[in-house]
Amino acid sequence: MSDISLTFPHILLDNVRKFPASKIAMREKEYGIWQSYSWQDCLEQVRDLALGLAALGFKKEDKMAIIGDNRPHLYWGLAACQCLGGVPVPLYQDAIHKELHYIVDHSECKFALAEDQEQTDKLMHLKEEIPGIEYIIYNDPRGLRNYKHDWLIAYTDVQEMGRKFGQENPDYFMNAVNGVKPDDMSLIAYTSGTTGNPKGVMITHRMIADCSRGFLEWDNLDETENIMAYLPMAWIGDHMFSYGQALTAGFTINCPESTTTTFHDQREIGPTHIFAPPRIWENILTQIMIKIEDSAWIKQKAFHYFMKVANRVEKKRIVNEPVPFADRILYAIGRILIYGPLLDNLGMSKVKVAYTAGEAIGPEIFEFYRSLGINLKQLYGMTESCAYVSMQKDGDIDSESVGPPAPGVEIKISDSGEVMYKSPGNFIGYYKNPEGTVETMENGWLLSGDAGYITERGHLKIIDRAKDVSKLNDGTMFAPKYIENKLKFSPYIKECVAHGMSQDFVAVFIDIDFGAVANWAERRQIGFTSYTDLAQKPEIYDLIYNEILRVNKSLSQDEHLKNSQIKRFLLLHKELNPDDSEITRTRKVRRGFIAEKYETLINALYEGKDNVDVEAKVTYEDGRTTTIKANLKIRDVEIY
Amino acid sequence: MNEKKEPLLRAENIHISFGGLKALNDVSLEIYPGEIMAIIGPNGAGKTTMLNIINGFYKQDEGRIIFEGKKRSKKMKPNRIAAQGIARTFQNLALFRGMSALGNIMMGRTMKMHANIFSQALYWRFSQKEEIEHRKAVEHIIDFLQIQNIRRTPASTLPYGLQKRVELGRALAAEPKLLLLDEPMAGMNLEEKEDIARYVLDANEELGYTIALIEHDMGVVMDICDRIVVLDFGNKIAEGTPEEIKSNQKVIKAYLGEAEN
Repeated sequence: MSDISLTFPHILLDNVRKFPASKIAMREKEYGIWQSYSWQDCLEQVRDLALGLAALGFKKEDKMAIIGDNRPHLYWGLAACQCLGGVPVPLYQDAIHKELHYIVDHSECKFALAEDQEQTDKLMHLKEEIPGIEYIIYNDPRGLRNYKHDWLIAYTDVQEMGRKFGQENPDYFMNAVNGVKPDDMSLIAYTSGTTGNPKGVMITHRMIADCSRGFLEWDNLDETENIMAYLPMAWIGDHMFSYGQALTAGFTINCPESTTTTFHDQREIGPTHIFAPPRIWENILTQIMIKIEDSAWIKQKAFHYFMKVANRVEKKRIVNEPVPFADRILYAIGRILIYGPLLDNLGMSKVKVAYTAGEAIGPEIFEFYRSLGINLKQLYGMTESCAYVSMQKDGDIDSESVGPPAPGVEIKISDSGEVMYKSPGNFIGYYKNPEGTVETMENGWLLSGDAGYITERGHLKIIDRAKDVSKLNDGTMFAPKYIENKLKFSPYIKECVAHGMSQDFVAVFIDIDFGAVANWAERRQIGFTSYTDLAQKPEIYDLIYNEILRVNKSLSQDEHLKNSQIKRFLLLHKELNPDDSEITRTRKVRRGFIAEKYETLINALYEGKDNVDVEAKVTYEDGRTTTIKANLKIRDVEIY
Repeated sequence: MNEKKEPLLRAENIHISFGGLKALNDVSLEIYPGEIMAIIGPNGAGKTTMLNIINGFYKQDEGRIIFEGKKRSKKMKPNRIAAQGIARTFQNLALFRGMSALGNIMMGRTMKMHANIFSQALYWRFSQKEEIEHRKAVEHIIDFLQIQNIRRTPASTLPYGLQKRVELGRALAAEPKLLLLDEPMAGMNLEEKEDIARYVLDANEELGYTIALIEHDMGVVMDICDRIVVLDFGNKIAEGTPEEIKSNQKVIKAYLGEAEN
């Protein structure tokens, strides 16, 4: 493999040579129909756009912000930018103004590519404050007819300019592409970070290409895979999966019609390879549970019965033990009656391999999908390593570990118990933040910030963020995320925050899943007006109480964690929200922030009060704020 | 602004009574191509009656309607008038409840279909081609109104705001020369109102539709309309741009009453 084929512009050119025109590279559902593009089509789109950008003055190493839902045009924008040796900076499409401002300003983006009017409006607002933005390019012209500025140009107009520029400079494109080297920067991915400002992780072509190959070989994936591109483009997971792996292998990439139709579209496509963070798996599980609760009595019974069978079978399968004959028969019946139809409904009946990554997944949720027959596996990585550190191998699955090191990765545990690794995906450094880089690197090893250990099977097991793991006053180890993930298996619990550091016992904040709980309440004729009102109903407290009992029971069976059972809880008056900085865009709890913001609630939990008044500020996406006042009940829980 | 242009529709000296009640008394108005025109007024002012006369559902006692420069015969049936290019939505929803959103919008294309029932049933080449073309037009409307996710959902199970949107879609599907909207935002919360206002504006600006609407929400009317006609007890009491209407004493009196006296 020649070195130059490690850059994505070349990988794209290779794909055009390698695959016939009939091979579909990308699909996008539009006007109710899947519109297809071959690799040749993609190359033409990318080339015209790249030349158009060049005509507007885009140069090597210039940065371009990209914001919007997953659209072929935005992926082409990414590629076009790379063809000129530029660096794309994908942004979270639901980020609030302050966050966008920081990133666009910090990365010195000269160009910006927006999906539609909504995103264009955000960028135009930014341009007023950041004059460094030279051009804003928009894809969907709808609603933008009356926007008249020299610096605001339609995607198709840029491509038109590109075609003209290409005629005048016929060698320009290939010269630019040949000027791109594998060790050039190919992406700046801003990590949302649970503390402080986002950090710009600098990544090269070679890193993404090497890690992509590692992934593909691990699972024997090739150009026959069909994938759904629906995760935020700003997330490294999407970049690796829908761009890195997809281009390297030549997957067919499918972009849903809109975010609201994703699951319907997924059913039409029947992807063979899925990559999703735990929150997506949690959501799907919640949806299934709601639908089951709405179904006829006999169906409910059948579902619960066969899920028990499946769970029993999976417990054997996962440790590679033979499944008893009777259970094999029952499982086969269950496949016809329950698992098969359910998988078909989820659009997952063709899945060869599925990954959960980005966060720890609750073992119960993980086992649920595996027991249905989906080859769901865990993967561990960070933006700083192109999401490539460790992953589970077929036949060697463990619901509580994240698998052995990936090919080419070395892992070691520091004396303080922190996971460190050397991965081909290890980043160059943080953009314009050498101090941050130095703090994260130690003699070529990257410090993950996660506490973990290597199991006897050679798997990496992550306990929690190193700084979050602490002890209760009696010396019991307290790993909040572990407890939270157990709680989140409940369809009624959306988010939760466990407290216990230097306290006598564990207490939790719970965020109910409004959809699931509202459905539950409606069937029992419990009236309510709002989220806050619903959350404070005694019936809902009873409902959650039983969920916590279940978790306590499971914790009581673990000798080390027995004392970290949950003794008190309260239901929050509002959902934890990234716009309020309580969780990150990838839904990681910002503990420091929450401890500060909800200090009175935490004190109330530990002072033995049975209710507490709260006043909280809510921030809307456009930056407006409002306050909610409520009185929250606090409940004690039995322990085993 | 539009005054130099020939009006798309002109209603001249319209009178209509229901029994002894004079619903409209000598009302004249014009609708110019490319504008959004609003008819406002207190309850019972005759707004919906005016709309019903424009689309031929009621026949005026006196006066005449001139559409595209031609006087309309009083005998003309509403379905003929619709075929001429006037589509409307209703104050109370009038969707086919059991039909999907897609089916409902497709109904709006009926006027434009030529294949007869037999060739449609057999799905012959011509009707197949026609069906595909109509479906394409409908899909553009679905995209325009951003209702892809409810394409297959029966209308009756949709929330109110979405049903309104589907109804707007059905009216747009007829590709009318004149679109009449009877209280498109009635009963909606602020967010839904803002959404519909956006679609009405886009239908006007992006798709170039001429729109006449009735609306109670003054804020919305002032924001999106080019011109306003105010009715009170069957009489036209004012006409002009939103700014002119805002400061018109007669209008203020009609809406707020004369508290001082």
